[in-house]
Amino acid sequence: MSLDSATVRRIAALARIRVEDDELPRVQAEINGILGWIEQLQAVNTEGVEPMSGGSPVGQAQARLRPDAVTDGDRAEQVLANAPDRMGAWFGVPKVVE
Amino acid sequence: MSYTIEGRTGPWEIVVGLEVHAQVISQSKLFSGAATAFGAAPNSQVSFIDAGFPGMLPVINAECVAQAVRTGLGLNAKVNLWSRFDRKNYFYADLPQGYQISQFAHPIIGEGAVEITLADGAVKTIGITRLHLEQDAGKSLHDQHPSKSFIDLNRSGVALMEIVSEPDMRSPEEAGAYLSKLRQILRYLGTCDGNMDEGSMRADVNVSVRKAGEGYRTRCEVKNVNSIRFVMQAVEAEARRQIEVWEDGGEVSQETRLFDTARGTTRSMRSKEDAHDYRYFPEPDLPPLVLESNWVEALKAALPELPDARRARYVAMGLSAYDAHVLTLEKETAVFFESVATGRDAKIVANWLTGDFFAHLNKRGVGIEESPVPAKDLGALIDLIADKTINGKIAKDVLEIMFEEGKTPGAIVAERGLKQVTDTGAIDAAVDKVLAANAGQVEQYKAGKVTLFGFFVGQTMKALQGKGNPALVNEVLKAKLGG
Amino acid sequence: MHPTDFTLAGALAALEEGAISSVELTQAHLDGIAKLNPRINAYITVTAEKALAQAAESDARRKRGDARALEGIPLAIKDLFCTAGTETTAGSRILKGFVPPYESTVSQKLLDDGAVFLGKANLDEFAMGSSNTTSAAGPVENPWSRANDPDTRLVPGGSSGGSAAAVAARMALGATATDTGGSIRQPAAFCGIAGIKPTYGRCSRFGVVAFASSLDQAGPVARTVEDCALLLKSMSGYDPKDSTSADMPVPDFAAACRRGVKGLRIGVPKEYRLDGLAPEIAALWDQGLAWLREQGAEMVEISLPHTKYALPTYYIVAPAEASSNLARYDGVRFGSRVTEPGSDLRDLYERTRAAGFGQEVKRRIMIGTYVLSAGYYDAYYLKAQKIRALIRRDFEEAFRTVDAIVTPATPSAAFGMDEKQDDPVTMYLNDVFTVTANLAGLPGLAVPAGLDGQGLPLGLQVIGRAFDEESVFAVGRAIEQAAGFTALPGLRAGA
Repeated sequence: MSLDSATVRRIAALARIRVEDDELPRVQAEINGILGWIEQLQAVNTEGVEPMSGGSPVGQAQARLRPDAVTDGDRAEQVLANAPDRMGAWFGVPKVVE
Repeated sequence: MSYTIEGRTGPWEIVVGLEVHAQVISQSKLFSGAATAFGAAPNSQVSFIDAGFPGMLPVINAECVAQAVRTGLGLNAKVNLWSRFDRKNYFYADLPQGYQISQFAHPIIGEGAVEITLADGAVKTIGITRLHLEQDAGKSLHDQHPSKSFIDLNRSGVALMEIVSEPDMRSPEEAGAYLSKLRQILRYLGTCDGNMDEGSMRADVNVSVRKAGEGYRTRCEVKNVNSIRFVMQAVEAEARRQIEVWEDGGEVSQETRLFDTARGTTRSMRSKEDAHDYRYFPEPDLPPLVLESNWVEALKAALPELPDARRARYVAMGLSAYDAHVLTLEKETAVFFESVATGRDAKIVANWLTGDFFAHLNKRGVGIEESPVPAKDLGALIDLIADKTINGKIAKDVLEIMFEEGKTPGAIVAERGLKQVTDTGAIDAAVDKVLAANAGQVEQYKAGKVTLFGFFVGQTMKALQGKGNPALVNEVLKAKLGG
Repeated sequence: MHPTDFTLAGALAALEEGAISSVELTQAHLDGIAKLNPRINAYITVTAEKALAQAAESDARRKRGDARALEGIPLAIKDLFCTAGTETTAGSRILKGFVPPYESTVSQKLLDDGAVFLGKANLDEFAMGSSNTTSAAGPVENPWSRANDPDTRLVPGGSSGGSAAAVAARMALGATATDTGGSIRQPAAFCGIAGIKPTYGRCSRFGVVAFASSLDQAGPVARTVEDCALLLKSMSGYDPKDSTSADMPVPDFAAACRRGVKGLRIGVPKEYRLDGLAPEIAALWDQGLAWLREQGAEMVEISLPHTKYALPTYYIVAPAEASSNLARYDGVRFGSRVTEPGSDLRDLYERTRAAGFGQEVKRRIMIGTYVLSAGYYDAYYLKAQKIRALIRRDFEEAFRTVDAIVTPATPSAAFGMDEKQDDPVTMYLNDVFTVTANLAGLPGLAVPAGLDGQGLPLGLQVIGRAFDEESVFAVGRAIEQAAGFTALPGLRAGA
């Protein structure tokens, strides 16, 4: 399967990565190269195979639960310290219209 | 008669399904140890996990899982012993990770059902499709700055239950009744406080319209409606809009809309227009959620009595269906009622509660949980009537004073000398005086105008400052009038 | 002997004997960094002052008799581990200036055991790469060079290229690294040092900038197998802050190094004899097997039939997870932001991410976005996760009959900085031998075993059962001992 430039644009938009017009042919070619190589997987018979989820090497791991207690938060200064556009006690972004 | 909206081309049926987001009652967030309390200073209840910092990982809160299971049990739903979290990927200013951890393919709770009672007494079952756990997003403030939105992440990561219904509702009333019932059940279970004005419960309302006998037409989702009344209004407004589109020869397109509460109309939501490719995949930071059936059974055994069961029990205690309904609407009311009714005549307690007591609460605009008169004082008041210390009329006055002054009924009765007069001598004297003063009426009574009896009772009670024992007053009057 | 030439175990002994202080040891490494880093570029950030203060404290502690397991040992920390108060960039422009207020669990454990941090090691951007040429901080140079072509600068491998180059060039006694598809083992092999990716779940991922959550594992690189064992012991252990961390006891890995291989059954996967496998690599592999046989191990041919699908499988799973993990870099809460006058939120995201991420990262995010997008999930991601299950099953089958598997670590020795850059897929093939262990979650160790015709180091890989790093260390140490690898890179401190 080969992606046309409109699809590459749609994917870039979905990933929120700006792609300039002059970059598009290169990006498209690289992605198609990789997807073409990946295509070989379609030959593998995976009927009835339970997909792996997560990286655990031993069967199906299960989530551990933590007790319900307040152990974190109350650190607004630290949370905001790295913000590129801190607005007082908030993070600032360009106005969002809903 | 089923509900329809009359269009130019005839009647239209409406089809409604609700996705309700209910905030789970827990101390800390679904995946972090930050607090969940409402109304804290901006960004003060945020961990690095909630803010999506590099290298941060989620760990599941056990209580949130228990709350979801309790809710599932309360909705007569299937509890899935194996469930899994997925990532729902989209960019939004108040979604710090760039994805929401939710349960897409394998929710913790499967199919269930809720019974709703409509105004005409009809009972209808609304199917529950599923319930899943997910994290809430933060909050954007748009009115703080001319060109910026401000982001507060206090809500980010708070546990939500998304409860999805089947498209089983056919009128605004049914939608409202379903949401009320759901809210009632969650509050009984203690799994969600149901405070819709604080955002603890919000509904996404899926609406479509159709002609009788048709399959489903395209639906629209009205997002984030935050009161029962608005849900009912949104259903109607959106249905009318769609009818107009269809009748104008147009096509309703599937989209996300917002309900404008001021105008009472819905409008398309610009910001969500391309957010539909969520690229769900299993959350690799969390292994599957596996529950022990013993643990689920233990939660089931500890489940509180739910409104339907409680109502049935009240009817069996002799209450009218209406009183049973009113007294079980809010768990707090039912608890109050039961604490008064224990060891007392339940019907009398119900009458007092649903009558004067509620009236006083309403007058003050407070709920029963904030009632200035505690349950034990209402019980004491009813006891004073039962043991004939005061009569019913005086009791009404005493209750009013209790609400005003916060004293116990015993103290008020003693302080104001309201103890009823049971001394037949005093009653005799009062009756004699009344009969003597109203000789004309006595004549008429004896001539057959027996309706005057009430007049004599009234006059006698007045002479006794309202404190006469009504039965004794009747008895003496009857004897003296030669009844 | 120059202080930077100690092994980690040797340095611990020297510190304990009082032959050297941690301050002296640390200063010697800082001097080496000052001399070599301008060329090798193994460090993005050097925290000299902090390191010397830690070293002084460490010396005091040892004097009091409170020495801990790694007391006074100077290490490099891959710049993917968040370090409290020290800038952490993941080799990306988008994290420029990010100073975490928290410490990763793994680096905290090392601090708790007395280690001294020299600075943050360079890496491929967000750990995506096999050459350490994609870092925003510039490429890292391999301290080794070809005997007949000394002017061609070679890559150290990646993504942990800074960690491996620093250790090989004696700019650290050991280093933390991470491995998602081979990012510990391939650079270790290229730089002539040892490195182990432990079992998935052995080391906590808390505080490690995520690339692909189900594949990422932290591990050490060091100049000997035993040194790796000492570091891994400190880095490992259950962490309640990582839901995928394994609640398992941590064995004495260094003791396991001394077990020997007598009676062990060593699997030799026939599918790893790739068409076109370089004769030197094939010969080294045979040599390694012969050494093990001589020490009493038994060689068993095994089959891992889905091996050839491992790389393409990896290039679906890893980008998919990365596309999601890297969504948080949006210019709102930390890192850099790029806007134009009048930018709306969407424009801010698109410009910030276009400028902040390098080409390889963007490429993988887009691939990952595509394979998860509506209509393609089943054909790509789900299919890949099924093949992954088959790859894991292949290993489970094999480990019924063998105790460890030995393969080459890489298909070639280190290549030139300008080579293999034209086509992404050519670059990806570097990880052909290592990626299977990530997909199956198994431990894999690279050990230097010889030199190619140009005098460049070559490594062998040992793969073990889940949570059986002990056998891996035993086999690795046996190869190391037999190989007697004593060659030195041209660029090194103290040279």
